[in-house]
Amino acid sequence: MLRKAFRVTVPVLLGYLAIGIAFGLLLRNAGYPWWLAPVMSALVYAGALQYLAIGLLAAHASLWEAALLALVVNARHMVYGLSLLDRYGRAGWRKLYLIFALTDETYALVTSTEAPGGVDPTGFYATISLLNHSYWVAGSAIGAIAGSLIPYNMTGLDFALTALFIVLVVEQFGSATSKLPFLLAALSAAGAYFLVGPKNMLLVSIAGSVVLLLLFRKEVARDVAR
Amino acid sequence: MTSLGEALLVTVVMTAVTVATRAFPFVFFRKRKPPAALLFVRDSIPPAVMTLLALSSFKDVRWTRAPYGLPELLAGLVVALLHLWKRNPFLSIFGGTAFYMALTRLGVVRVILGG
Repeated sequence: MLRKAFRVTVPVLLGYLAIGIAFGLLLRNAGYPWWLAPVMSALVYAGALQYLAIGLLAAHASLWEAALLALVVNARHMVYGLSLLDRYGRAGWRKLYLIFALTDETYALVTSTEAPGGVDPTGFYATISLLNHSYWVAGSAIGAIAGSLIPYNMTGLDFALTALFIVLVVEQFGSATSKLPFLLAALSAAGAYFLVGPKNMLLVSIAGSVVLLLLFRKEVARDVAR
Repeated sequence: MTSLGEALLVTVVMTAVTVATRAFPFVFFRKRKPPAALLFVRDSIPPAVMTLLALSSFKDVRWTRAPYGLPELLAGLVVALLHLWKRNPFLSIFGGTAFYMALTRLGVVRVILGG
């Protein structure tokens, strides 16, 4: 099972190492001891938020601002949990960890991968979550300890995450009975990009997609029934 | 700059809020069943989220400055075409990433654009 789970997570390994190393290096350069980066990555475990946190710390922002930023940046996760209510519903004690570790990338893998036959799905998803988590912590630690020794030419490795998402879209587009959710999401993404700009586009476009899906509920349901 | 002690506090606060956003639907729908509209959203949102994650990873590309996002667009296209062709996730992801890293390093796009 570990082998199969590892295979699924390899693209995330590359992406998380690359982004984690950059995060560790930035936080260290902001003047903090090396261990703060892996500690933050182990606890907060939210990439976009952690990058913003570096600026927040530099600006000496208040705890309220930190809480508000975390809420706005991570509000999208509420939608993720919604679609995993069943899959994680019977996970027992491991449910707490599965929920804690629900990043964009883990969500993408868990919703698009079926546990191999004869394997306990909860264990499979927990292994995927734990592997991704460990890549992120390891990357941050490496960046904070040895970031300045790593040659600059690692840049671009984080494209592996973009590639992973593109592959998942191609896979799901082929098998989906209704293509409408893809189209609505693309419209929503374009609208959010031009309305609120790149910084908040993911949150706004997810909210927009929920609204659009509800508006076109009949059409999507008709496609699925066909 | 924020002191180390305060930075740790910020870490704890961000952890708590992040966990709260991830746990919210599980806590909220522990006892009650989600209404039909939300069940519909639950079933139809994964493909939409995947599309959004893919598109939003291009959000910080500078489209108006050389190389005008061409390495990202071309590499994205290579990933999609490789995957439609061979259906091998490893090949698509590593091939596309290697292609992207080569493009950004060799300055091929800059040469094509005459820059």
